[in-house]
Amino acid sequence: MKSSLPAPNDGRVETILDIRGLTKTYPGRGSAPPVDALKNVDLTIRKGEIFALLGPNGAGKTTLIGAVCGMVRPTSGSIHAFGLDMKHDWRTMRARIGLVPQEMSVDIFEKVHRSVAYSRGLFGRKADPARIEEVLRTLSLWDKRDSQLRALSGGMKRRVLIAKALAHDPDLLFLDEPTAGVDVELRRDMWNTIDKLREQGVTVILTTHYIEEAEEMADRVGVINKGRILLVDDKDAIMGRLGRTEAEFTLSQPLASLPASLSDLPVTLENDGRTIAFRGGDGSGLGKEQVAALAQTLVRENIGYTAIDQRESSLEDIFVKLVEEEGATS
Amino acid sequence: MSFNLTSALTIYRNELLRFLRTVFGSLISPVLTTCLYFIVFGAAIGGRMDQVGGVDYGAFIVPGLLLLTMLSESTSNASFGIYMPRFTGSIYELLSAPVGVAETLVGFVGAAVTKSLILALIILTTATFFVDYQIAHPVFAFFYILLVASAFSLLGFILGLWADGFEKLQMVPLLILTPLTFLGGTFYSIDMLAEPWRTVALFNPIVYLVSGLRWTFYGQADVDIATATGLTVGFLILCVAVITVIFHTGWRLRE
Repeated sequence: MKSSLPAPNDGRVETILDIRGLTKTYPGRGSAPPVDALKNVDLTIRKGEIFALLGPNGAGKTTLIGAVCGMVRPTSGSIHAFGLDMKHDWRTMRARIGLVPQEMSVDIFEKVHRSVAYSRGLFGRKADPARIEEVLRTLSLWDKRDSQLRALSGGMKRRVLIAKALAHDPDLLFLDEPTAGVDVELRRDMWNTIDKLREQGVTVILTTHYIEEAEEMADRVGVINKGRILLVDDKDAIMGRLGRTEAEFTLSQPLASLPASLSDLPVTLENDGRTIAFRGGDGSGLGKEQVAALAQTLVRENIGYTAIDQRESSLEDIFVKLVEEEGATS
Repeated sequence: MSFNLTSALTIYRNELLRFLRTVFGSLISPVLTTCLYFIVFGAAIGGRMDQVGGVDYGAFIVPGLLLLTMLSESTSNASFGIYMPRFTGSIYELLSAPVGVAETLVGFVGAAVTKSLILALIILTTATFFVDYQIAHPVFAFFYILLVASAFSLLGFILGLWADGFEKLQMVPLLILTPLTFLGGTFYSIDMLAEPWRTVALFNPIVYLVSGLRWTFYGQADVDIATATGLTVGFLILCVAVITVIFHTGWRLRE
């Protein structure tokens, strides 16, 4: 059931961003039909949390961010942040919001320090060299402050984009795919940076198409696909629903039936008794543990196998499942 | 309506710094071109020409040559200023910042106007090396130059929003403004033209600009100063109106 009123506030959690019935329809070009990038999206973000918006490419993540940050004009719906209505108080609102875009969209001839200081001024804050130094040092950019952006590596450029977004000390920060195309070390780095921001009380909304990233970073996760928010829940709860481990044991001898010791596990006998298939897990590692336990049990039961094929469900599989579930319940 | 002064000044300063970064290309080339005109039409040929309305030919062409450079430079400076962020994608920052039409115009167009005024000062100074000229109404001349620089920087801003490639950016200054300025009485008084060309020339809006500026220099021109000023102010208001509409509809800026 959908309510047109803001979510009830129980006094402990404070709402920082409240999106109601947000719809964005792109007009069709030529013979192409109009595209619904966002369909009646309701979303409430709590102050101080890290919220991950999880969805495949083209799900509407960037459009959603664009609608809040001013790059996209919503077709309908309302957006409130810090208790202010975007329609009237967009200036006050935007001064407190930061955005790290997905693309490397910077003036490459600009120097790092100037680029970051410019961002602060653009958002209406008085020049503060000490604060800019602090931001640059936090992101390990201080040594590069006089380099032109074109001289920096891709990872360093991305850090500059973060520094630019933080230069005006926003209370709400959007990170659009912060780790897409980023190496392992920088991804680790990025996660640490986001952790630090949380400690400073910044509310962070990040988009990602990596389940692990949502799992690692977020307090709450929203799943979006084809312009619809499919579900929003605490990370642990959602991981339980999302995760699914599949494993197939190819047996050396066909079995007539499964031994009783396996009855606790989500396993089935398939392929005329030549394969034991496991389908279960909760996305937090339980599935992998259970598969390991299953392997040991098979050894104890003297059931030989010649191959183990194990995989985690892809995000696509999960979305298909979620959409099916949603269709079944409504 | 509120105005974010810090934001506007930040954009203004940043645009001027970008200009300083390319100061050679931005200043040397237009100044050199203008010098060549002065050498050829002022010093070399000018001596053999009759006076026009009591003014030496070399001096007569100063206001027109100034406009020739200012129109194309104001337009292309302002258009590049807003087109480049659109091209690189860094416009996201401007769109997500707490700035509206007013701050954007003060920042981008203000910087383009400043550049044009610097350029005008350099060209007028350079001209003194080649020809003798006086400015009859210096204060009026300054405001007229300011008015023209503002109007055409606004036009450039619109052009920078409209263009979807570098060719289109170049098109208006090169294919429209420069020919119209050449035919707009830069090198002659339209009184010298035979009919019907004299009447045709009156449909060229640049004629009024050149006449207006020439009046501030020598106190006389083809068209009266009130008409010229009125048209320029009208054009400026039209440009501001167009830009306001663009921002409110988000055309070429917001999806």
